[in-house]
Amino acid sequence: MAEREERRFAQVSRESVALMAESAGVELGEEMAAVLAEDVCYRLREAAQSCSQFMKHAKRKKLTVEDFNRALRWSNVEAVCGYGAQDALPFRSGKEGELFFVDDREINLIELALATNIPKGCAETMVRVNVAYLDGKGGVELQGAVPTAVQSLSDDLLKYYQQITRAILGDDPHLMKVALLDLQSNSKIAALLPYFVYVISGVKSVSHDLEQLNRLLHMVRSLVQNPYLYLGSYVRSLVSSVMYCILEPLAASINPLNDHWTLRDYAALLLSNIFWTHGDLVSGLYHQILLSLQKVLSDPVRPLCSHYGAVVGLHALGWKAVEKVLFPHLPAYWANLQAVLDDYSVSNAQVKADGHKVYGAILVAVERLLKMKALSLSHPGEWCFNAQTGSLAAAVGYSSPGLSPPPESLSEAAFGIASHLQAGSGGCPWEEWAPVSLPAMYLELYSFFGDSLAVRFSTGPGLDSPPYCPSALLREPKKEALGQGSNSDTARKMPQLTANLSISPRRDGSPRTDPPPPSLAAAGPGRSLPRSSSAQRSRYSSSRSAQRLTGLPRDVFPKARFASPQNGPPTFSFVIGGRQMGQRCQGRRPFQTVFAPTPPPAAVPPRAYAHKLPVIGRVGKPVRRWTCSHYSLLLPL
Amino acid sequence: MAAVQGGMVDEKEEVDIKTEPQSDGLMNTNATDGRQLSPSPSSSSSAGSTKSAAGAPEDQQTLLAVLQFLRKNKLTESVEILRREAGLPEDALDTKGADCSAPSSGGTAGGVDGLDAGSLLSRVAVSSSAGTPAPTKAVADDQPDVSVVLSAYSQQGDPALYKVYYSDLKKFIESVLDCHRAELSQVFYPLFVHMYLELVYNNHESEAKAFFEKFSGDQECYYEDDLRVLSSLTKKEHMRGNETLLDFRTSKFVLRISRDSYQLLKRHLQERQNNQIWNIIQEHLYIDIFDGMPRSKSQIDAMSGSLAGEAKREANKAKVYYGLLKEPEIEVPLDDEDEEAENEEGKPKKKKPKKDSMGSKSKKQDPNAPLQNRIPLPELKDSDKLDKIMYMKESTKRIRLGRENLPSICFYTFLNAYQGLTAVDFTDDSSLIAGGFADSTVRVWSVTPKKLRKVKSAADLNLIDKESDDVLERIMDEKTASESKILYGHSGPVYGISFSPDRNYLLSCSEDGTVRLWSLLTFTCLVGYKGHNYPVWDTQFSPYGYYFVSGGHDRVARLWATDHYQPLRIFAGHLADVTCTRFHPNSNYVVTGSSDRTIRLWDVLTGNCVRIFTGHKGPIHTLAFSPNGKFLASGATDGRVLLWDIGHGLMVSELKGHTDTVYALRFSRDGEILASGSMDNTVRLWDAAKAFDDLETDDFTAATGHIHLQDNSQELLLGTYMSKSTPVVHLHFTRRNLLLAAGSYAA
Repeated sequence: MAEREERRFAQVSRESVALMAESAGVELGEEMAAVLAEDVCYRLREAAQSCSQFMKHAKRKKLTVEDFNRALRWSNVEAVCGYGAQDALPFRSGKEGELFFVDDREINLIELALATNIPKGCAETMVRVNVAYLDGKGGVELQGAVPTAVQSLSDDLLKYYQQITRAILGDDPHLMKVALLDLQSNSKIAALLPYFVYVISGVKSVSHDLEQLNRLLHMVRSLVQNPYLYLGSYVRSLVSSVMYCILEPLAASINPLNDHWTLRDYAALLLSNIFWTHGDLVSGLYHQILLSLQKVLSDPVRPLCSHYGAVVGLHALGWKAVEKVLFPHLPAYWANLQAVLDDYSVSNAQVKADGHKVYGAILVAVERLLKMKALSLSHPGEWCFNAQTGSLAAAVGYSSPGLSPPPESLSEAAFGIASHLQAGSGGCPWEEWAPVSLPAMYLELYSFFGDSLAVRFSTGPGLDSPPYCPSALLREPKKEALGQGSNSDTARKMPQLTANLSISPRRDGSPRTDPPPPSLAAAGPGRSLPRSSSAQRSRYSSSRSAQRLTGLPRDVFPKARFASPQNGPPTFSFVIGGRQMGQRCQGRRPFQTVFAPTPPPAAVPPRAYAHKLPVIGRVGKPVRRWTCSHYSLLLPL
Repeated sequence: MAAVQGGMVDEKEEVDIKTEPQSDGLMNTNATDGRQLSPSPSSSSSAGSTKSAAGAPEDQQTLLAVLQFLRKNKLTESVEILRREAGLPEDALDTKGADCSAPSSGGTAGGVDGLDAGSLLSRVAVSSSAGTPAPTKAVADDQPDVSVVLSAYSQQGDPALYKVYYSDLKKFIESVLDCHRAELSQVFYPLFVHMYLELVYNNHESEAKAFFEKFSGDQECYYEDDLRVLSSLTKKEHMRGNETLLDFRTSKFVLRISRDSYQLLKRHLQERQNNQIWNIIQEHLYIDIFDGMPRSKSQIDAMSGSLAGEAKREANKAKVYYGLLKEPEIEVPLDDEDEEAENEEGKPKKKKPKKDSMGSKSKKQDPNAPLQNRIPLPELKDSDKLDKIMYMKESTKRIRLGRENLPSICFYTFLNAYQGLTAVDFTDDSSLIAGGFADSTVRVWSVTPKKLRKVKSAADLNLIDKESDDVLERIMDEKTASESKILYGHSGPVYGISFSPDRNYLLSCSEDGTVRLWSLLTFTCLVGYKGHNYPVWDTQFSPYGYYFVSGGHDRVARLWATDHYQPLRIFAGHLADVTCTRFHPNSNYVVTGSSDRTIRLWDVLTGNCVRIFTGHKGPIHTLAFSPNGKFLASGATDGRVLLWDIGHGLMVSELKGHTDTVYALRFSRDGEILASGSMDNTVRLWDAAKAFDDLETDDFTAATGHIHLQDNSQELLLGTYMSKSTPVVHLHFTRRNLLLAAGSYAA
């Protein structure tokens, strides 16, 4: 027999057959064994042929023992039991070399029976859907996904990457510093950028670890500051990581001892840094950031730390952003914040503390807003442009001359943003914010913050020098930083103040009847918190209104003096009304009626209803869910 | 009947034919008295394996035959004496009886044998009269049994000369003109197989092997799989029970050859007196002669590859009513202004009745459509009408796909499917997805936020107010709501599943040989349809519900109605497993793909096979009709997708690109795009509109069936989309033309 030709098929030698027969207790002749062997070979091949059918219909590429047993069963042969394991069975040769067998491990049944670590059942079979291709074009790219071109990295680069990441995320602060410095100045790491960006996008997985978050943020800063790197579209990914640190209710913030506030501050700074330096790389980035900040701010369900993040984020983006997003939203937001701050229950203590944080942040932001706005009004044109808001103005597309008097272009631009941000929430105050002049703004803000706002103003531009010089502006941040502490103090006391005053709501209802100077005199001692600067403050506040009446934008603060006496009373009545946060609306309306002649009437009513502004982020919600649709089976079809 | 036939054969043989001494056959199965045929201890080998077992097999055979004869005539004493003298063991007698019936491979094979007995008888007679060279072995034996089928191989020439014959023919064909060579080369493969089998049958094992060694390399590469089966078969007893060979013997291999080429071949064989080959051609080949130009090699290659050669031209001549049925006219409320009112179709408050454009289009009868009542279809229920309205509304929002406008693809990945995902189906409205698994379960998931709920128990149902408007909502048991449900009942891997169009039922077919109907209201099994006694590979509901089709390892497809426990039609004709089954959109036809590498279209009304499509080089695993019913797409293990024109019975296009088995095919709702999903983890999109537009069906092509395909796969390929190591098992276009793909993640 030409057995040689059949090498490619299963072979059972006649010796094997004889051996098996012997073990079964049957004597077989040589010839018989040969015939049997050949037949067995054929049957084996036949079974192999038919079992491949079961494999094909099960849509598999791997032939399993089960397939073979099915084939055997359908040809009326007993199945072979005991080989159903998924893992490959090791086939070994015995010591003599002629003997091959399947390695059969011994299992200690006692151990198995008494084992405490009962293996968990395998996870449930489920179906998940994801949008694989949109309109037949390219895979939907995952945010921060590592590009596949790993092999294009040289070994050195790879080593560098490993060392750097290890150093930055490691324990040695000195090493970290060195690594960050190098990252900031190395000119040859462009190829690694995607990887670093990917590492940074890991913020989401370490939200419990402030230290790591901090380090990752530092890494962002280094990358952003590296003059040799072109960030390109990775800016988006970096921004989203930074925004995560700013806005998300991080796991680390559950513990009040964790100072996640600083992290948020730092991240906000970083955000502005990225934005000023690389904002031009991605179109519409500014709007996107504003949008998401606003969404967070207007979502009452979000924890206060998120709101805090939104405020500091806006603050960091410049006073324009504050004016555009925070200021119009303040009335609506204030009610929530006030509710928190007014709750004195013990269980609320922590939340209240957080609320004060937010309060402080808002205060800082609006203060700067006022200052800068005043500044821009008093120094229109090129000064304002190059000093501070230059890049912002450029990014938003404002023309610098348009800043000082609110002309058409400005309001239009604002409107454009507004409609973009809140699709469909009709009658929104966005279109109205532009005409709000500085005095009106101040008055309104004063209605919220009352004295503390004035206090800060008195400390800020205390000197009477009419035109602000650039140097004063440059000092500004420091002052704010200094003011932070005191600010929070005043902020904490603020609610007490209002609480005391809220006993007399009658005053709000009839502000006009109050005689001007006496009311001030009466209110002054009536306040539980006497302040040294109260006189000054009142002077300023009234100056504001005076300013307003005169309608001269050029000299807002400096030339502020007590104006005509009939304007005084409304001012003061407003101060009192403004303190009474609970009845904020009532407090404001009288004020508006008083000033009705001055501001454009159309502008006022919408502001009064600002608190009715629908929660803005909501419109965007379903869309977001749609993009995450791979998390659920739901897919709008 | 078989016994009678056996007797006839006996007589005949005694008269003129010298059959093989070992041949046995039908009689075995019928002779229940149990004969001792073979002392061979091998129980699984068939009865004919005596020859090599004993020293003097022929003598023993004779003795056995005599014993048999005596026993039959109740001469028990003589039997006893003879047996003792011959030294034969008695116990072997009884075991033999059992063995005889066992290997006769199932009912189908037996049936084929029985049917063919008559026809083959005459063939034997004819061939012997046609001047067969005398058999080398003249054995005068009154063997009482004849393997009627195999006896066709009994006449033979000198085994040593087979090689000479074959190489002589080969030399001749290689020497003819180019135009004839390609055509005549078709003869090689069937000749080779038949000659090899003849050698094996006549126990010339070494010659057979040598023959195989020498010429197997010359065969077309797409016959590789068959050749592998052949080469493992070297003994006559192996042939018994080998279904592939049964197929090969019982069916004639069909070749299409032009008249000129045929004359050439005939002349040559007659000149050379090459009777051996001539006989094979006469008996085992069916040569479909046509007038006109010989076909080119590429034309032939496009059509060949199936187990039984090409389709005869007559086979594809019948008229096929491929048009769509007229849609019932339903007033479609069109409310363009408020999209939100989608859900409240049922309440026709402010609906202004307006004829939909679709409705007006289908008003005039399609000349190619069958009569509306050609096949009785279930009447539309109110819920069906609602669904139709829904469908039309959805279709107005459909995205028009095309070369410039490719669909988005959503991938449904089955995770943790350790048990093995074997089949997937979506409902037409894409609200449910079902998976069949190798662990015998069927799982249904809801794709929408709407949970799956069961109907309340009978006791609870009594309590509800049957008059209320929302009675359909009230009957549902809120407590049972869940995202998925598991259906237990099968006892083998579930190879095919199909939702009913009304989404109330689910069909599943399994390796256990049953098709089960499940209710999606109670999530229980309603019926188990038993008919296929072997694994059922595929099943599908008719687009109008009520009917369904199934096909399996028993090589037949069956048409069922849900309320009949027996099949309404049995579509028999495939030579190997029916691997996939699909309903034509008009429900009048059923198409089946098989591992014999052919596709057959069956008329539901008559049960006749009206189309045979050949051209695939591997088992066909998926089929899809174009939405207009005119075209068919098929995918096979060879990774190719072929497009067919049903009306003309022609291949339209060949789409090459996949590197592994194509398991899923689906046309977009407008038929513009064809999507194919494969084991190679890709989804490919093809420009079906272009493929069909380019089609030039001149009369000549239609008449001769000689297609000329240009290789334009690359032009037609619109995109290749990789999944993440997930073989694509199923594809589905939503009503708005979003492409859904499904598969289980292969870890």
